[in-house]
Amino acid sequence: MDTSPKQLHLFEIEQSQKVWQQNYNAQIGEDKHVANRSGLKIKPIYSPLDWDSDQYIKDMGFPGEMPFTRGIYPTMHRGRTWTQRQLIGLGRPQDYNKRVLSILKAGASAISLIPCNSGFRGLDCDEVPLPLLGTCGTVINTTQHMTDSLNDVPYEEISTALNDPSPFTLFAFLLSAAKRRGVPLEKISGTSNQSDYISHCVANHMFFRLSLSGARRVLLDHIEFCTKNVPKWNPVSVVGQHIQQAGATPAEAMAFTLSTAIQYAEDCIDRGMEPDDFLPRFTFFFDISISFFEEIAKFRAGRKIWARLTRDRFGAKDPRSWRFKFHGQTSGADLTMQQPLNNIARVGVQAMAGIFGGLQSLHTDSYDEAITTPSEETAKIAIATQNILREEAHLCDVIDPLGGSYYVEKMTNQMEDEIVSIIDRVDRAGGMYAAVEAGIIQRDIGNSALRFQSKIENGEQPLVGVNCYEGEGNWASPPPFRPPPDTMQEHVDHFLQFKIDRDQGAVNSALENLARAANSANENIFEKVVMAADAEVTHGEIIACLRHEMGAGDPVIIA
Amino acid sequence: MSKKNLKYPARVLVTKIGLDGHDRGSRIVAAYLRDAGMEVIYTPPWQAIDSIVTLALQEDIDVIGLSSLATDHLIVPDLMKSLKAANLDHIKVIIGGIIPECEHGMLREAGVGEIFEPGAQREEIVDCVAALAAKARQVKQEFEGV
Repeated sequence: MDTSPKQLHLFEIEQSQKVWQQNYNAQIGEDKHVANRSGLKIKPIYSPLDWDSDQYIKDMGFPGEMPFTRGIYPTMHRGRTWTQRQLIGLGRPQDYNKRVLSILKAGASAISLIPCNSGFRGLDCDEVPLPLLGTCGTVINTTQHMTDSLNDVPYEEISTALNDPSPFTLFAFLLSAAKRRGVPLEKISGTSNQSDYISHCVANHMFFRLSLSGARRVLLDHIEFCTKNVPKWNPVSVVGQHIQQAGATPAEAMAFTLSTAIQYAEDCIDRGMEPDDFLPRFTFFFDISISFFEEIAKFRAGRKIWARLTRDRFGAKDPRSWRFKFHGQTSGADLTMQQPLNNIARVGVQAMAGIFGGLQSLHTDSYDEAITTPSEETAKIAIATQNILREEAHLCDVIDPLGGSYYVEKMTNQMEDEIVSIIDRVDRAGGMYAAVEAGIIQRDIGNSALRFQSKIENGEQPLVGVNCYEGEGNWASPPPFRPPPDTMQEHVDHFLQFKIDRDQGAVNSALENLARAANSANENIFEKVVMAADAEVTHGEIIACLRHEMGAGDPVIIA
Repeated sequence: MSKKNLKYPARVLVTKIGLDGHDRGSRIVAAYLRDAGMEVIYTPPWQAIDSIVTLALQEDIDVIGLSSLATDHLIVPDLMKSLKAANLDHIKVIIGGIIPECEHGMLREAGVGEIFEPGAQREEIVDCVAALAAKARQVKQEFEGV
């Protein structure tokens, strides 16, 4: 028998744990099966037998160092807390402007813009039913609309996230608006938040403006353009949020996101780009569910896997390429329409999971987000939730405060194994692009959604106010946001007049250039999108042109 | 249970009209109905109203189940008018998703058969669709009998 002090120490723990186990068994009778959302079994207690500090350097290290488990920067939230970035979008550009200025005043430190669903579909405001306009996002179809949206907003000083799928018309309008304001493009910072066409394709079907192959090409052109011209812009945000909201488990969402990032990185490398030129500008965007410890483990594991992937698989040498920068959004799917005020408590817990998970930027949902586009008041409560967690709760005093917990470390390692095994499966299917074309990912997500739903049905997953504690009570639903139809009609009328007044010659030639670039591998499509924005070509016109040249997208729907 | 009063299974079109693409809910409901033995015709999201009417006619649909998570239910009255114009008003329409209570009246007035909010139970949905399908079939047969 090994009688080293270490072994004796472990032997002592083992003996002691046996005694506890007997007492536990005697009291609990038949132990219930507990598992997290990713299906990993949870034990009633964790000890050095599950995770030992011998593994400290291999598993954890220090923040800012490989394997980055404890955070991507040496100082983390003790140095600089996360960016408070609230997703906003409603009504007309001037309505958005008013809301964003009020949120900045309440404590938000960055901008995020979500367009109207008509924009997601690649349409201008005159092409869709009036009652739907501006209900779920802002109607922005031109550079002038972007200028009006950001009036008095200091986007040369704070960062802007645009929820802006390929071909990135909102970003083109922003660049065009910046030129008009006299802001040099080098000063523009932020993220193309919905550049991940794969996540849209498999999860929420908000992107079928272009064929998959067309979107693939435009994304690479966009990355190349930004690397050269807008160095502080993150052209890629790989989105696990859509996938998890669509029903994937946390482990699946992390794995599919990393597989997507692998696909994009390999596409860039195939085009001849150097990993260290583009990887530092890769960012991620995740859902934060209320499965508290699982989410923390998910983020810690994700950081570790990405660091190793970028270094070992892609050969990146710049430490900035290894850093797993991510934005988190508290999960809307966990919120309930019933007893809506309870959502404030849920969002608080979700946000804490994201903070302990080491995020760089956070959106907290408003409590009415399960029902409608948030009101100004509810949006301010969401911001206040972040302010309270940051200022009052002492969450930022210590870096990675849950690191070293036997449970959290063990779960981080188990999540890591689970995530890596899913990534391997996607690799074997030929990579993410091929797996999506074959419908494999869509089927997995759908199956996980069904499994979760049946747990809600049979009560295994309690939901307060839905399948337990329904109670009676006066829970008034907040009124839904509906922009006044006459204001939207006015917006459409102005838009139609704008189209008549602009220089039609410039519009035509910009569209011709765009069409030509779409058919030539030597030209950059996104550069022509920006030129089209300068020439006052509209969102819908740009997309119609590219759709004509590169084909429209058709979803692979597996139901 | 859905087959009880019908010679052949209820035929249900599960779809989304308008602009939103989020389909977690519609896929789950499609699976519920299929598990109950119904014939489910499932489409990609953001269908135009005209194509839904054509599809309902071609597929001999009894019930149309619409999912609305954003605000697409606001154009459901237009769908009801188009169904009527195409002489398909025997088809029952139900909606599920995020449908604020203050808009239920407008939808019921337009002729929507049932509205399901989050938390609706599988049995409620299946039973309702089965009952509405039987009604739709009856109206249609009476009409064809004349």
